[in-house]
Amino acid sequence: MGMTMTQKILAAHAGLAQVKAGQLIKAKLDLVLGNDITTPVAVKEFNKIGVSEVFDKSKVAIVPDHFTPNKDIKAAEQCKFIREFAHDKEIENYFEVGEMGIEHALIPEKGLVVPGDVVIGADSHTCTYGALGAFSTGVGSTDMAAGMATGEAWFKVPSAIKFVLTGKPSKWVSGKDIILHIIGLIGVDGALYRSMEFVGDGIKHLSMDSRFTMANMAIEAGAKNGIFPVDELTLAYVKEHSTKEYTIYEADEDAEYDEVYHIDLSEIRPTVAFPHLPDNTRTIDNVGDIEIDQVVIGSCTNGRIEDIRMAAQILAGKKVKKGVRVIIFPATQKIYLQALKEGLIEQLVEAGAVFSTPTCGPCLGGHMGILAAGERCVATTNRNFVGRMGHPESEVYLASPAVAAASALTGKITNPEDIMD
Amino acid sequence: MKQAQGTVFKYGSNVDTDVIIPARYLNTSDPAELAKYCLIDLDKTFVDRVKPGDIIVAEKNFGCGSSREHAPIALKAAGVSVVIAETFARIFYRNALNIGLPILECPEAVKGISDGDQVAVDFSTGIITNLTKNETYQAQPFPEFMQELINSGGLIKSISKK
Repeated sequence: MGMTMTQKILAAHAGLAQVKAGQLIKAKLDLVLGNDITTPVAVKEFNKIGVSEVFDKSKVAIVPDHFTPNKDIKAAEQCKFIREFAHDKEIENYFEVGEMGIEHALIPEKGLVVPGDVVIGADSHTCTYGALGAFSTGVGSTDMAAGMATGEAWFKVPSAIKFVLTGKPSKWVSGKDIILHIIGLIGVDGALYRSMEFVGDGIKHLSMDSRFTMANMAIEAGAKNGIFPVDELTLAYVKEHSTKEYTIYEADEDAEYDEVYHIDLSEIRPTVAFPHLPDNTRTIDNVGDIEIDQVVIGSCTNGRIEDIRMAAQILAGKKVKKGVRVIIFPATQKIYLQALKEGLIEQLVEAGAVFSTPTCGPCLGGHMGILAAGERCVATTNRNFVGRMGHPESEVYLASPAVAAASALTGKITNPEDIMD
Repeated sequence: MKQAQGTVFKYGSNVDTDVIIPARYLNTSDPAELAKYCLIDLDKTFVDRVKPGDIIVAEKNFGCGSSREHAPIALKAAGVSVVIAETFARIFYRNALNIGLPILECPEAVKGISDGDQVAVDFSTGIITNLTKNETYQAQPFPEFMQELINSGGLIKSISKK
């Protein structure tokens, strides 16, 4: 029986010719990742194992991105703790404020993941790197600790759902709308324990940034990973960012899938997830009148250059609605600088938005844009759970950068098609 | 083999790790500190009512969302002896096993058990007994590999032995 793309990558890293869904394997890791929330717990566990070094100093990455620049004394202490660990263990890929970015934008940008890799990260959105044709998945701190010590992790080989994407998305529809549509279709546990494999002609119309957004939110459908085939666009990205050797894996023709969905991208509308689950989606045509207090554009989901460009395209030369707070976060320093060079920051600030340093910040209710009781935010982030961005009685509506920027102009959730030509 | 017994706190589907322990409390990893805010955004009274040994029963996809291990740590430190659900989100499932918080998948038990019931769990057989309603339910046993992980005291201990 044939293997899925994910199964092939896992088999190769387990030293096996064949694996099948449900099989428990131990796989070699190409990268082990952690952030300032999860790494402190991992370091405490690592210290119990009784090894003095990490398995490979070039294959561990630590990125303090969640509560940085340090939001309070406790956060500062946590960052100091992991900084000292990184220094002590001579971790090559520790990224301090000034060079850091949101981990899932930073790691591909630094060329630390390439097609065919197996990556675990103590952050649920580690699944982002599936956009590059790698197997990557979120784990907890203890798995990170064990991974740092041994260079291996155990996995139950997942079965998969295939999404055949055809057609070309319309002008104001991007990866965010597509993945929200899919999550709405299958539910927040629709891909539980399984892979989401994206295939089809439509993929050629999706930029790398859109693919990162889609793979990033695979976890929001409960998936173990989301993965894209490697094409010319992927290889161009890899060439630009990395010198690491890569391997291209393709699903077998006779690979078995639990389910197959056919999705015509040309039919997808701008899509919004209402509180308090990412599968509570509506198309922009069925949103109704939802007044908002805040707009957040950024995060590991939508803080890349294309997202900032989209916001600037809609906001340039206009003014945000009085009383609406618009907060924009580029995901990395490089994206920040690119936005600066392209004049996007000037356009956004003149429109009345604030432009922040890279941080996970408000996405998880950390800092830099917390909501009060009863407040509503349109955010390009990934979760709209109760209390996610602040007070348990606040509300987060998930949307694309285009919808978020359009909403910033009107003060209510708005279709970019109504504002732009 | 270990047994658990306690009063049930029953919740619905998709109890996410943000409500189990909100990010605003993640500037520490101290279990006792995390336990003070366990489930605060779902059930404000949980922390005041929970007693050591008590049991959480929930519907589908328990522990979805963030990979924060602080979530099972907070539940364990609050005194929860076992979580029984129809299904668990996969990262939470791994994390709970890795830190030694027992979890059981058993849709039948979830259906039969009500909030406030007295329930006992035998981990060696996977038999869940509802003492209030005088019913028993059979949970799915762990695969052998995971049973070994649990028997050796979690992932870190299983590695340290080598």
